[in-house]
Amino acid sequence: MTLLRTVLLRLITTLITLLGVAVIVFVVIRVVPGNPIAMMLPPGATEADILRLETQYGFDKSIPQQFVIWLGGVMQGDFGMSISTRQPVSTLVLSRLPATLELSIVALLIAVIAGGTMALLGTRFRDTKTEGLVDVTAGMALSIPDFLWGLVLILLFGVLWPIFHISGRISPSLDIDFTTNFYLFEAILRLRFDVIADLIGHMFMPAVALAIPLAAIIAQLLKQSLKETMNLDYVTLARTKGYGEGKVITSEALPNAILPTLTLVGVQFTFLIGGTVIIERLFSYEGLGNMAIDAVINRDLPLIQGIVILFALLFTLINLAVDMLYVVLNPRLRHA
Amino acid sequence: MRDARAEVRRPIGLRLWLSGGWLSLLALAAIFAPLIAPHDPLAQDLFLGRLPPFWEDGTEPGYVLGTDSLGRDVLSRILYGARLALIVALVAGTLTCLIGATLGLVAGYYRGWCDRIISRFVDIWMAFPPVLFAILLIAVLGPGLISIIIAIVVIDWTRFARVIRAEAMSQGAMDYVASAQVAGRTQFGTMLTEILPNVLPTIVALLTLEMGIAVIVEAILSFVNLSISTDSPTWGGMIAEGRTSVHQAWWVLVFPLITLFLTVLSFSQLGEGLKDRFDPVLR
Repeated sequence: MTLLRTVLLRLITTLITLLGVAVIVFVVIRVVPGNPIAMMLPPGATEADILRLETQYGFDKSIPQQFVIWLGGVMQGDFGMSISTRQPVSTLVLSRLPATLELSIVALLIAVIAGGTMALLGTRFRDTKTEGLVDVTAGMALSIPDFLWGLVLILLFGVLWPIFHISGRISPSLDIDFTTNFYLFEAILRLRFDVIADLIGHMFMPAVALAIPLAAIIAQLLKQSLKETMNLDYVTLARTKGYGEGKVITSEALPNAILPTLTLVGVQFTFLIGGTVIIERLFSYEGLGNMAIDAVINRDLPLIQGIVILFALLFTLINLAVDMLYVVLNPRLRHA
Repeated sequence: MRDARAEVRRPIGLRLWLSGGWLSLLALAAIFAPLIAPHDPLAQDLFLGRLPPFWEDGTEPGYVLGTDSLGRDVLSRILYGARLALIVALVAGTLTCLIGATLGLVAGYYRGWCDRIISRFVDIWMAFPPVLFAILLIAVLGPGLISIIIAIVVIDWTRFARVIRAEAMSQGAMDYVASAQVAGRTQFGTMLTEILPNVLPTIVALLTLEMGIAVIVEAILSFVNLSISTDSPTWGGMIAEGRTSVHQAWWVLVFPLITLFLTVLSFSQLGEGLKDRFDPVLR
């Protein structure tokens, strides 16, 4: 099978998955009891008012008809109007997406650094107490989900030793006139260290909470594949050449052991992004997930739809990217 | 041979004792909550609001772990909260396991179009953020115990289906399965008598893990106030309240959090421990 064909096949399945997600969300939220239109009008609105708004939002048509109209809009980048804020869904969603992306990427970085360090330490000092410590820490970290770690962090660094902010994304008093909503990236580019410090102060706990389970998975899997690699002939050869144990691990074993971890990190990164929904709620962080929960509570159907589709798009794109990266990085597939 | 196997057989181990012990204690607390709870978990007394736990100053006898802002006893609420947590764990966990494992077994053993359909659904499910999906389902189904259970089953069946499918596939490729078929077993019979016993340890481990996850999902749903009716005590609801008043009354957050933490940890450790114990290779 050629590379091109693999890519095309993956693209088609990705599209089918996205379409499936769209259909399911569409059907599920349209069986919601309680008329969302009636809820947004002031009490005393007449039947005619309700009917007029229903027509405006297209709720008077059958579900398949609504789906076709909605899909047609999506193809042109139009996700409809939010019911609770009366703004275009695409505007709302795109204004919140940067916050969630920054949080997820920072969490991923923390997980990779912490998990990678643990794996390297565990391999360097294998069959000693250090490896045991790595195993126990990773096992514990993995057993507890991000939601609980978030609460533990709030108690530790919000109450017991209050050095981080426990809610929000940025201090309102801070003067920022940024052009994008990627506050952190833009602050880094503009070298605004006061803003960077404030953002990190807000982001630290939610990011660490999201990172802990992923760091544990990376530590376990990378250590396992490193240890398997350490017994291979070429590693022994490097050792006989007089390389130190640390160098053997990082420059000889690591490049070969990293591939399975990489694939796993891709899938796990989508789980991490899924975790932002509740973590953002917990830390009142103004991201997509927090907006999603509000949208569900307000029964804002077009907004819920838009957010779920965006999450699904993000997840499938990440999986696609990881699959492609795997093909590029795997020496056995490179010349196929 | 027999001696070697006996040597491999491990003792029950501290991990199983501790996690099993905590969960049994919790089960007893849940069953006998009306007998052992010192107070009515719903009784409010604004004069007894935010009493600290017993070792601090300004406590009132009888309120061992303090009270929340409405003067409700924290210990009694934790004990009653255990009822909902454990019912959800047992019922939702078992149902998810039955449905997910069955679909995984069928997909992995029969392959073909069955597998294609089930795997396509798993792919679609994997593209949903699970917490958001759960919240959405509760919003649709309306709050309540049945809704929570349905939401957990609908969201988490893929967890079993994915793993069991892969295991059933690798077992199905082995010689012993082929020889069972040569010996005249039907496909269905082979699946039940040859494949199922070999994937059972994984199912058991996943099941206990799933029970812990169900407890967390219930806590998350009650944290965003979408679980059951607001006046029943839930750990998640207590945590939500504790989160908002954490600077005034840390104990309202800490005690339900510790309980939830130990419960989830116990379920996952129990799963790991049982997996080792029931592994047919080690048995």
